[in-house]
Amino acid sequence: MADEALFLLLHNEMVSGVYQAAEQGEGENGRCITKLENMGFRVGQGLIERFTKDTARFKDELDIMKFVCKDFWTTVFKKQIDNLRTNHQGIYVLQDNKFRLLTQMSAGKQYLEHASKYLAFTCGLIRGGLSNLGIKSIVTAEVSSMPACKFQVMIQKL
Amino acid sequence: MAVCVAVIAKENYPLYIRSVPTESELKFHYMVHTSLDVVDEKISAMGKALVDQRELYLGLLYPTEDYKVYGYVTNSKVKFVMVVDSSNTALRDNEIRSMFRKLHNSYTDVMCNPFYNPGDRIQSRAFDSMVTTMMIQVC
Repeated sequence: MADEALFLLLHNEMVSGVYQAAEQGEGENGRCITKLENMGFRVGQGLIERFTKDTARFKDELDIMKFVCKDFWTTVFKKQIDNLRTNHQGIYVLQDNKFRLLTQMSAGKQYLEHASKYLAFTCGLIRGGLSNLGIKSIVTAEVSSMPACKFQVMIQKL
Repeated sequence: MAVCVAVIAKENYPLYIRSVPTESELKFHYMVHTSLDVVDEKISAMGKALVDQRELYLGLLYPTEDYKVYGYVTNSKVKFVMVVDSSNTALRDNEIRSMFRKLHNSYTDVMCNPFYNPGDRIQSRAFDSMVTTMMIQVC
């Protein structure tokens, strides 16, 4: 992964770029999240291909989720997920107490309404990675107090 | 050394297939197609195997009179199949392994190319020339 600061700057620019384009009348505002999510999806697909090149074959779904929480997260965000919970029926909750992309904003609830913009890309990243490993899922994020956030992964059974 | 190299998507359709004697192309396509069943069999058997045996390289899938078919499956369930002339006895397991390794590296580069749509046929020139070097090394 490229230098950390560069990734953070690029990500910030990407978010504001997408939103600025929307303000100038290219498509409506609600589609920005989708757009960012789709960008993340494609990046996730590529990244997971690269990261899993030298790992052994995965045993099951939980094995894959552990890989995402540890190796994948460490490479992208320089830290592991703090807490992974599951109900063993296809729902996983990944909790990060100090999420990298939110650390630049003031902690607490001041910018809570803007948080979703900065999480869309990462949601896509997870979804893209999982889909390339053969798991279809829906990923949503929620923040109650910055910079902690939770990603909920709902696996869609075929 | 390899006479045919194929990349198969996880939904079992070909992303890339190339063989060297072009006149018998259909035969190789058929061979690759047949090998997919063996790949599936090996993967499902592997799920129960011990942890340290879960390698990406599958080894020899099946030999025929004139050729040997080798397989490799990535974590994203993309399959690589390689057909090798069996008269070429000098070829060791290790070399096959490193050829697959090279193929996988190249495929990863294709996947990370922003102009490539995952699931499309591979038309990358870099990938193509890498396969060419694998095919003519000995022939």
